[in-house]
Order: sequence, then structure tokens, then C-alpha cells
Amino acid sequence: MREIQAQQITDVVERLCIEANQFLPEDVQGAIRRCRACEDWEIAQGVLDKIITNFEIAREEQVPICQDTGMACVFLEIGQDVHIVGGDLTEAVDEGVRRGYDKGYLRKSVVKDPVRRGNTGDNTPAMLYTEIVPGEEIKVTVGPKGFGSENMSAIRMFKPSAGIEGIKNFILETVETAGPNPCPPMVVGVGIGGTFDKCALLAKKALMRSTDVRNPDPYYADLEAEMLEKINKLGIGPQGFGGKTTALALNIETLPTHIAGMPCAVNINCHVTRHKTEVI
Amino acid sequence: MEKHIQLPLTEEVARSLQAGDSVYLTGTIYTSRDAGHKRMCEALARGEQLPFDPADATIYYVGPTPAKPGQVIGSAGPTTSGRMDAYAPTMMSVGARGMIGKGARLPEVVEAMKKYHGVYFGAIGGAGALLAKCIKKCELIAYEDLGAEALRKLYVEDMPLVVIIDSEGRNLYEEGKAAYLKTQK
Repeated sequence: MREIQAQQITDVVERLCIEANQFLPEDVQGAIRRCRACEDWEIAQGVLDKIITNFEIAREEQVPICQDTGMACVFLEIGQDVHIVGGDLTEAVDEGVRRGYDKGYLRKSVVKDPVRRGNTGDNTPAMLYTEIVPGEEIKVTVGPKGFGSENMSAIRMFKPSAGIEGIKNFILETVETAGPNPCPPMVVGVGIGGTFDKCALLAKKALMRSTDVRNPDPYYADLEAEMLEKINKLGIGPQGFGGKTTALALNIETLPTHIAGMPCAVNINCHVTRHKTEVI
Repeated sequence: MEKHIQLPLTEEVARSLQAGDSVYLTGTIYTSRDAGHKRMCEALARGEQLPFDPADATIYYVGPTPAKPGQVIGSAGPTTSGRMDAYAPTMMSVGARGMIGKGARLPEVVEAMKKYHGVYFGAIGGAGALLAKCIKKCELIAYEDLGAEALRKLYVEDMPLVVIIDSEGRNLYEEGKAAYLKTQK
């Protein structure tokens, strides 16, 4: 049994909130540069150049890449041999978010009630996901999620008879409907299987995976490649002004599901697909 | 076409702009998004004045991050304009002409743009650090309690934009995509 102070979790969350918002992950930077090199539509080239300049400015001046510094999605993989001491875990995470968004000059974008609104003033609460895993470490991932893209996401409970074609059409339809709204080029996270709620979580987790890493199952790795190619033939282009580069990557995560169902969730992210991980 | 525009956005200037034009804006603009628009439209419904003169005004749909010490403003890219569709025709009816944002607009907004000679400009969504560079002055003028959504008066120099929908209702989202797809056949 290893003891980890709640304070340590607060410190890590604080740091990750700031760094995730200032430094675009290397894989996403690489994907944008590769797409720029392949893009042959003039207005799209200009947009991608400005997007590259933007994340370079953010990195050099340590300012947020985008003004929508998101809701703080915090994933904790907690080793089952860890004992958290010296405070409440949820409060420790929220305190990290509170401090990170204050010290990092990040925007406070959370309202305390979905209908009656009212900004909480400190970007809390975090959207906290915990998972118990073997071991005596805690893996902390912070993925600030903007809502221009979150709003264009969708979930559908398919009948199994809809088959793979149903899923393919749903992914394309969701991206096409999103159009220029989620700040393309997008990263598309797809969840297939599980229950209604787990399926949506799979899609969110797919966005936390490197855009350079394919699904380990060759069937889904092929589906990722096929769907990315199809999306990039829609013509939406960077910012929706037309062009080849509509999506940078498409990541699929799956789970077993019920004999009667085939849920599919599509979580859309923008070109500022942020996440940062640290192990305690 | 590349055009350098000095604000305010008069009817004459607005009518000279076409969907797809690359535009560099210089002058005073105002920031507002969901909560600010709601308040402004409620104020107009009560017969009250707006916190700024809407005649020929341009509104930037943005909620910036807080400025770091020494900065004029924090990161300041556009938010999704569709959420302001419920308010945009009312704003145009009192004289506001320019809108800066990103994403699709409803047909009723496009109709109002044709009626009042409005222009919808696109700024690059997600390029908040870059766009902050062309904002030279920032002054909070109303609704301070809304935080990032408060009303701000900005002075911008050569703000890089693209005309997405012009005053005749032509739309770059439709035309750009169609033109690109035509080259792929």
C-alpha cells in the first residue's frame, strides 16, 4: 500500500491544466503540418498556416492556444494499492482546476446550473472520471474540452442489423452536420459498444489517445483509416472554407455490448485537441 | 480579393464586400456573446439604449481569456456564431452591421443581412493567440458581472478575416466547398 497525498494530486492537476492549454501535443502539431504539406486548395493552405503560427505563438509566449480553455476533463487511473490521504479526492482535483485556471490566466467557462446558468467563477467542477487499475500509481490526464466542437457531437443506439454500414453513415453524417462549426480540421473520437453512457465515454477517451496510434485490432484500425479518408473527401476543409483537410485523425474505441444493441457515439474535437498526462 | 477596411462599416463598404474576400479590419469593434446578446435584446425590448451606439457597428463574438500582466487582452478567437442567431436580426434592426465569428448561420439571419446590408466575417476558430496580436486596445464597457462574456470595446489593427456571408446572401461555406469538390472530379 502506497500513500499519496491529496495535495500532490492538486499540484499535478494545476500544472496539467496550464500546460495542456498552452502546448499543443506533438502528435497533433505533426498531423497539422503533414496536412498542410498535402493540402492543394489555396484558402485552406492559408488557414493551416495561420493555425500553425497560432500554436507556435501560444508555445513561445505561454498563452492559451484557444480562448475556449474548456471544461477540465480529468481522468484518473488509480492503482488499487494506493491510499489517498490528507483530503477529499474530488476536492483535491477541483482545487487543482481552480488554481490552474487562475494562475494560467485561463477562461472560466463553467456555469453552475445547465438551465438557470450562472458562472461558477473558477471553472470548477472538473468532469472527473476515475478508474481503478492494478498497481500503486495514479495516472492523471487532463483534457480541456471546448464546446464549439462538443456541441456537434452525437450518439445513436443502433439495432445490430444496421451493421457496419450504419455506423459508417452515422460518422459521416455527424461530421457533415458539424461542418464549419467545430473549427475544422477536427479530430473525431468514436465509441462503439458498451451501454449508452459507456459508449459516450469511449468516444471521449478516443480523443485522449495520440493521433499517431491506431486501434490495436486491425479491423478497427482499417475502419479508422477508411473513415478518415471518406471524411477528407467531404470538401469541408479547414474552417469550412473548402479543401482536403477536414479531419486530422479519427480514433475508435470499442467495448463488448448487449445482444440487442450496437451503440455508437461520435465526439468531435477541434484542431486544438489538448491533453496532457503525468504519473504520480 | 484582399481588402483593407477602415471601420465603421458603412452601408457602402458593406455592399462592396463579397463572400470569399480576404479582409483586414482596422477600427473599433465590440465584443459580445450569448449572455451579452440576451441582455442587449432584453434592454431593446424595454425601450432602453444599448451600452454602445449600434449604428454601423461590428460585433465580435468572443469571450477572451484573462490578460496576463502586460497583455492588452488574453487569447481572443471567435466563438460559434449560431448561438447568436436568435439575437442577430434584432441587433441589425437597430443598425449593427458587421458580425465576426465562425460557423453556420440560420436563413433568417441571412435574410436580415440582405435587408439591412449586413456582413458576416469569419475569424479563424481556435487561433486565439494569433488574433489577440491585432487587438491594440481593450476597454470593458458593460455587464462586468458576466466575466469573459462582458461587453468590451476593442481597437483592432489589420484583423485578418474572411467574408463568409455577404450582404447579398452569398455564402463561402457553400461556394468554397462546392468549388473545391468540383476540382476533385
